[in-house]
Amino acid sequence: MRLSLKAKRLALAALGAAAAIVWPALAPDAGAKTLRFAFQGELKSVDPYQINESFSLSVNESVYEGLVRRGPDMKIQPCLAESWELLDPLHWRFHLRKGVKFHEGQDFTADDVVFSAARVRGAGSDLKGRIPADADVVKVDDYTVDVILKAPNPLLINEWESWGIFSKKWSEEHGAMDATAMNATTPPYAALHANGTGPFILVSHEPGVKTVWKTNPNWWDKPRHNLDEVVFTPIANNATRVAALLSGEIDWMDPVPLNDQARVNANPDTQVLAGPEIRTIFLGMDQFRDELGHSNVKGKNPFKDVRVRKAFYQAIDEDAINQKVMRGQAAPSALMIAPSIYAEAKDFKRIPFDPQASKKLLADAGYPDGFEVQMDCPNDRYVNDEQICQAVVGMLARVGVKVNLNAEPKSKFFAAITAAGGYDSSFYLLGWTPTTLESFNVFQYIIGCRDQKTNWGGNNVGDYCNPKVDALAKSALQEMDEKKRDDIYKQAWQISLFDDVGYIPLHQQALAWGVSRKTHVIQRPDNYYIFAWVTMD
Amino acid sequence: MIAFIIRRLLASLGVLIAVGLIAFVMFRYVGDPVNQMVGIETPAAEREALRQQLGLNEPVIVQASRFLLNAARFDFGISYQFRQPVSVMIGARLPATLELAIVASILSLLAGVPLGVYSALRRDSALAKLFQALSLVGISLPTFLTGILLIYLFSVTLGWLPSFGRGAVVPIGSWWTTGLLTMSGLKSLIMPAITLALFQMTLIMRLVRAEMLEVLRADYIRFARARGLSERAVHFHHALKNTLVPVMTVVGLQLGSIVAFSIITETVFAWPGMGQLFLQSIQNVDIPIMAAYLLFIAFLFVIINLVVDLLYVIVDPRLRAAVHGASG
Amino acid sequence: MSKPAVEPSTIESAPRSFIGRLADNDLVASFLSSKITVAAGLITLILLLAAVFAPLIAPTNPFNPATNFLIDSLTPPRFAAGGDPRFLLGTDDQGRDMWSAILYGLRVSLLIGIFSVLFGGAIGITLGLIAGYTGGWIDAIIMRIADVQLTFPAILIALLLDGVAQALLKNSNREGTAFGVLVVSIGLSFWVQYARTVRGSTMVEKNRDYVQAARLVGLSPARILVRHILPNVMGPVLVIATINLALAIITEATLSFLGVGLPPTQPSLGTLIRIGQNFLFSGEWWIVTFPSLTLAILVLAVNLLGDWLRDALNPRLK
Repeated sequence: MRLSLKAKRLALAALGAAAAIVWPALAPDAGAKTLRFAFQGELKSVDPYQINESFSLSVNESVYEGLVRRGPDMKIQPCLAESWELLDPLHWRFHLRKGVKFHEGQDFTADDVVFSAARVRGAGSDLKGRIPADADVVKVDDYTVDVILKAPNPLLINEWESWGIFSKKWSEEHGAMDATAMNATTPPYAALHANGTGPFILVSHEPGVKTVWKTNPNWWDKPRHNLDEVVFTPIANNATRVAALLSGEIDWMDPVPLNDQARVNANPDTQVLAGPEIRTIFLGMDQFRDELGHSNVKGKNPFKDVRVRKAFYQAIDEDAINQKVMRGQAAPSALMIAPSIYAEAKDFKRIPFDPQASKKLLADAGYPDGFEVQMDCPNDRYVNDEQICQAVVGMLARVGVKVNLNAEPKSKFFAAITAAGGYDSSFYLLGWTPTTLESFNVFQYIIGCRDQKTNWGGNNVGDYCNPKVDALAKSALQEMDEKKRDDIYKQAWQISLFDDVGYIPLHQQALAWGVSRKTHVIQRPDNYYIFAWVTMD
Repeated sequence: MIAFIIRRLLASLGVLIAVGLIAFVMFRYVGDPVNQMVGIETPAAEREALRQQLGLNEPVIVQASRFLLNAARFDFGISYQFRQPVSVMIGARLPATLELAIVASILSLLAGVPLGVYSALRRDSALAKLFQALSLVGISLPTFLTGILLIYLFSVTLGWLPSFGRGAVVPIGSWWTTGLLTMSGLKSLIMPAITLALFQMTLIMRLVRAEMLEVLRADYIRFARARGLSERAVHFHHALKNTLVPVMTVVGLQLGSIVAFSIITETVFAWPGMGQLFLQSIQNVDIPIMAAYLLFIAFLFVIINLVVDLLYVIVDPRLRAAVHGASG
Repeated sequence: MSKPAVEPSTIESAPRSFIGRLADNDLVASFLSSKITVAAGLITLILLLAAVFAPLIAPTNPFNPATNFLIDSLTPPRFAAGGDPRFLLGTDDQGRDMWSAILYGLRVSLLIGIFSVLFGGAIGITLGLIAGYTGGWIDAIIMRIADVQLTFPAILIALLLDGVAQALLKNSNREGTAFGVLVVSIGLSFWVQYARTVRGSTMVEKNRDYVQAARLVGLSPARILVRHILPNVMGPVLVIATINLALAIITEATLSFLGVGLPPTQPSLGTLIRIGQNFLFSGEWWIVTFPSLTLAILVLAVNLLGDWLRDALNPRLK
């Protein structure tokens, strides 16, 4: 009997597979600790520069470390840079850690930092904002790097945790000089392979299916974790993800839907780790079109009238939303920044819920019978986003405003309301996390008057615009003292959210991680998943 | 015969091109892919550059014809999201979906045929009527709810079966992976396969019943009875055999739609197959994956259709004559 | 244009049409002979009436957001512990009365089912009649289109069409477009079945004597198709339509899960189930149970009626 080579190979494989049943390869080595982690979305790439999205950034941070990192308290700590100094407001100097090696053995030096500074601002990178385009990054010696700015920037290193350092040598060897440019006909090497200095080494990455890391035994820092391996699986469906946690198939997952938290806590083996998140959920209104779109109002735009905006604000019972829709897990907010990252937030109170006042304001503004407008809302982006919008629709109905809810998946929602869709929304719900952990970021992207050239106010969908606020925010950036900066922000917040009611802030949503009781994790309000802090019993 | 095959092949090619074109034109409206490829802070100018790079600013017809030309060489481009060749990604997901689809088909046959035969032969018995009614219960709930209820019962409450994924897989050759050879793989397969098979089972059962009833009335069965053959021989030798031809046809055609409908099952069970990939790609506006998936489904339908047609011609001599007549 | 010498109705050789059989007592008799069928018929009737008269029966209008108060949300059914006499079947997370929501949802689900069956049926029957009657290249093209159509199951069409519709109808609101999108996408996935069935029957019927006779007296093809052939192919069409009605209602529920169903402010049964499944683990069982039960009973009853029709209209099974 003659078998073709292929048939033989098949037969062998089948034999091997049959053997695998008899001696299950599944039984883990005694004592080996595998962390099984699940998230609702998938890991797009193992190249952290590819997308500026917190899930991808935080997970890839276990492999690629930055010059600095943030501790459990969010404070900036030295990482690949041992220390740094500000020679003058335009001149930063970083002293690099010695003796650090990349996973594949290359030494970490100043060349890698200079290279990474070019790569992060190069083609295909979505993290170009990490370093100003006009800044020079210069090697002083093998372990010293200077950053020379054209304008002072006290917040320069605030986002550097997620600017991971690549090995120059490795990138050159594998043609990974650019962050995964799209026109490449061959798949970019760094989208499937990784080589950083971090606590975990990438073992395999099946996009959208599974990603596996193992511990880096040669990590420069003393590990806080006791893991041997981390396995990540995306599980999109809420019920399935909860079921997987309850049945002990995973050790850690995010997010636990609000509805299921009691159930997860009731299970003896699992619990919910809840904490305040720094993302603020708010409502925005079109204040730039002369005629309001998606509405029955013709020839004018009611939202241009501050009384209408305030009427909307006072019609909404945020406490009820928090109690019922968010099951008491959110933190109603007067500002669009979380108290945990803005000390003076405690001085502000929400404008009170008052349907009578709201009706009167509407009548004064010339809409005694309200009007009709469409509300755009994502239904798969934020915690209970669609339910919040539904509740808002009901509350506005009671002051006479008829809101048509347009709740859609985030791909369509963002396509319509962002610049690419011509900011096509009259009334919308959005969430924003200031990634620099600073008020300035919110003024820069959300509250500032839109300017396409500089991307200032780039996500100010309704284009609320007050030049006074812009001037204040920009002056804050010149101020190196944190307390004085905060005072300037205070004025800007007062004008934009109280005098002008440019936006209607709702709340900071709560983080809700589900963990098995044998898994100990550390939760940070920016929702980063730091494998290096996980221990398992 | 050859001419017939060639004619069918040409027609099939036409179908594929039509599907490709329709799919591609429709995708232009699904959303803006660039939005899903960059973070929300990315400035408009960068987005525009990316759009240019992807060729999204070219006329749809240019994009579509380029896509089709490349697809003819099995090059479906690179996924916007994952920056991996689409052919590789679909290839990696194919085994999961096909295993699930085939196991579900077999399950539905194993349950559907006997139930159908029984309810045809004992048409008026209470049990047959019960089967008839019960078979409908399974399809009276939407698939996603059935799936979640199964998970709730067998994973959360009883802890017998895994709630997600494919378990441990074993590679066979260089491009196939199977979950059929490991315990965890088999366990993982049970609930998704049942969920997917329910609808088919009902369909097959009713089809077998209806066909059986028809066949039992046919003249040749009467003759067989008249010739004094035992009821058993009549039922199983003559009737069932003749029933199975149309049943197999339908099962064949349904395999394609099972693959398409596995979108829901795969999403509920986080089954790493093509359906899940397709749904993810819709959410992410990953046009190359969407287009390639639809073309694949079309290809599957076309192939199955062709095979079914050919089988008919081979099986049914009258059709053969017709084909010969038509082809000269 | 000369008037035909013989009125079509006087052509006697046509077999008994479906309509004719419907009037006969044997159909009624077969209906009454099965308890299951009678029960299914009664349930369908009750549900239909409930849907039609929903505004009269329901204590609140769940589509009016002003009547839902968050404070009432997640109230258990009246008969359960912690229930509120105002809410027979409890409330959902928005404080919406489930009983009212189910009545209105039933209405929406049935409307979607009926319209998509009508839509698919109209296309399918027309194309089937044309293909079967003319044959040749027209037939070939229609059947090729059918092949393409089969490639796109309702789920895929809805996912694609939803995007297209929203892009094209930018300024209309979603509550309006969603209904149309669902009807069109579910209907489109149905037409092939009608077309194939009707085409087959038409090919048989067109060679019958009565059609030949009609043709000889100079009746237009359209008239022959509508007046003579159509009534004779209605039997199988009605069977398909009944089964499809059930299928459409289930498909709409499934599409809801994928995010292309009706908006949560105007829920169908499917939308209610989609919302309710989020409460499956958390103990608020009534939010998913009652809509699911209603849907299951409706689909089951309609399917059983379809079964009966199929058997009753098949003369060979008599």
